Amino acid sequence: MEKKEISIAERILKIGVISWAIVLIAWSIVGYNYEEIFFPSPAETLRALIKIIQDGTLGADILASLRRIGKGWGLAIVTAVPIGLVTGHFKLVRLLVEPVLNLFRFIPAIALTSMFLIWFGVDDKSKVALILYAAFFPIFVNTIAGVVTADKSLVEAASCMGAGKLRVFFTVIVPSAIPNIFTGVRLGLGSSIICVIAAEMLVGGDGLGYLIQSSRMYYKTAWAFAGIFTLALIGFVLDRLLYFAGKKTLKHFGVK
Amino acid sequence: MYVELKNINKRFGDCQASKDVSFEIEKGKLIGLLGPSGSGKTTILRMIAGLEKQDSGDIYINGKLVNELTPSQRGVGFVFQNYALFPYMTVYDNIAYGLRVEGKDKAYIKERVTELLELVSLSGLEKRYPDQLSGGQRQRIALARALAPKPELLLLDEPFAAIDAKVRQELRTWLRRTIDKIGITSIFVTHDQDEAIEVADEIVITNEGRVEQVGDPVDIYLHPKTSFTAKFIGKSSVITDYRKLKGFNDEGEGTEAVIRPEFVELLTNDSPKGNDPSYEDAMVEQSIFRGDSFEVILDIDGLKIKANSPLVNGPLKSGDRVKAFINMIYIIRGEETYQVKNSSLDDSNTYFI
Repeated sequence: MEKKEISIAERILKIGVISWAIVLIAWSIVGYNYEEIFFPSPAETLRALIKIIQDGTLGADILASLRRIGKGWGLAIVTAVPIGLVTGHFKLVRLLVEPVLNLFRFIPAIALTSMFLIWFGVDDKSKVALILYAAFFPIFVNTIAGVVTADKSLVEAASCMGAGKLRVFFTVIVPSAIPNIFTGVRLGLGSSIICVIAAEMLVGGDGLGYLIQSSRMYYKTAWAFAGIFTLALIGFVLDRLLYFAGKKTLKHFGVK
Repeated sequence: MYVELKNINKRFGDCQASKDVSFEIEKGKLIGLLGPSGSGKTTILRMIAGLEKQDSGDIYINGKLVNELTPSQRGVGFVFQNYALFPYMTVYDNIAYGLRVEGKDKAYIKERVTELLELVSLSGLEKRYPDQLSGGQRQRIALARALAPKPELLLLDEPFAAIDAKVRQELRTWLRRTIDKIGITSIFVTHDQDEAIEVADEIVITNEGRVEQVGDPVDIYLHPKTSFTAKFIGKSSVITDYRKLKGFNDEGEGTEAVIRPEFVELLTNDSPKGNDPSYEDAMVEQSIFRGDSFEVILDIDGLKIKANSPLVNGPLKSGDRVKAFINMIYIIRGEETYQVKNSSLDDSNTYFI
C-alpha cells in the first residue's frame, strides 16, 4: 500500500507540473518585487511573448535561428560522420588525428568568433561555420568511438561468410556504430543551439540570440526573457523529437 | 583424413595456447574438443577457421593446405559462442548474408533461406529481429546462417554455453540429429564432458595447450591414457596412495590413483556379504540425495572417494559406517595411466566359474 503511494507521488513529480509550479511561484515572488526592466514577472514575460508573437518578430527570429542550426548541424553531420567512420576504421589515421583532436575539442566555438568573422564575413556564413565547428566534434568523437567499439565477433562472422573488407565496413562497422553516431548527433544538436545563440548575440543581424541581446540593449528585459524561454522550449522540443524519431526508426541498431 | 592438424604451435604473449597440437578428423564425423577453460580448445577451433593464425605447423582441410587462406576461402561455417547474429538485420537477412556475399540471385536466396528455416524448425520467423528471439532460437538461426553457403566443415564454439540447462539438453540432441541429417563434418568446443560424451563421435581432450587424448567417447571413458584424462573424465576421485586399499598391491613408481564412483560397490554394515575380507570399512563423510541414488563421499583410511549408494541401502548420512568394495582403479604413473583390477576379483572369478 505504502509502496503504491510512493509510485503515484513519483509519477506526479515525473510529469514536472509540481517542479514548474514551484519555479513559477518563486519567479513571481522575485518578479513582483522588482521593476519589469530589472526582473520581469511571469505575467510580464507572457505579455511580452504575446506581443512579439503578434508583431511577427519572434517567428522571424525563430526561423532565422532554425535555418542556421539546420545548415550548420546538417553540414556537421554529413562531414563528421564519414570522416569519423574512416578515422575510426583505420588505426593509423586515428593515431594521426587523435592528438590534434584532443586539443581542438577544448577550443569553444565562441573563442573563434572574431576569427570566423574575418574569414567568413559578417553575414550568415560565419555563423553557420561556427555552428558547424561546434557540432562537428561531438559527432566526430562519438562516431570514432562507435567504430572502435563495434563487436569483433560480428566482423569475424561476416568475414567467415566471405565478406570482403568493404562489405564488412558497410554491413557491420557502420551499422554497429549507429547508436554512438546517434548520441553524437544529439549532442551536436545541443552544441548547435548553444552556438547559434552565442553567434547571433555576438555577430548580430537576426535570430533568437539577436532578439535576446537587442531587447536587453533597449531595456526590454521582458522581451529578452520571452526569447530565452522560447529558446529553451525549442531546444527541448527538438531534442525530444530527435530522440523519439531515433528510438522509433533505429531501434534494431540498438538506439535506446 | 578430412581435417588434419600437424604440429601446431600458437603463442599469445606469454601464454602458449597450443603446444605441438596434432590430430586428424574423418569426413562426416562430429568431433568434440573437450577441455577445461583456458586449455586452448577455442584457439584450435579459431585456427582451423582461419580467424587466428598458428605460429608454426600446418592445417589441411580436405587434403588442401589452408595455412595462407582467409576464413572465407576455407569454406567453413562458424557458429560463435554469443551467436554473433547481426542485431540490425532480420532473421531472413542474417541467414541470407553469406548467400548475398556469394552473389546468388534473389530467387535462390529465398529458396535456400526457407529451406534452412525449415531445417532448424523456425519457419515463419523471417521478419523477426534477433532481440525478438529466445536464446535457443538465436542458436538455431546462427546455425542456419553458418550452413547457408553450404560449407564443407562446420565449427561451433561452445554452442550450448549461453543456454539454460533445460533447453540445453533438448538442443544437444537436436543439434546431433540436424548434423546427421546434413552429414557435414563438424567440430564443436565444450568444457562440459557430458555434452561431449553424449553428442560427439570422437573426442579430442585438450589441456594446457596440448592434446591429451583422441578417441571415441566410450574408449576415452574406459581407457584414459593420460593422468589428466583419467582425472578429468567421469566423477573421478584422485587418491594419494592406492596401496592403502585392499586388493591392490604396490605396482612401483608412483602411488597416485584415480577411482570413479562406478568402481565402488557399497553395502550397509549389516550386510553379510560385507564381511568378505576384500571389503573396506568406510565412513560416509558427505551424502547427497540424487533421486535414483545417494551420491556419497567415503573416507577409507583417510582417502576420500566418491561413490554411489543404491536406494536399497537406505538413506545414508554423514558419520554412517558402510562396507565398500573397490573393483578397479587407474594408477597414475607420471603422465600415463593404467588400469588395475582388484586382485580378489580374479580369485573369486575362478572360484565361481
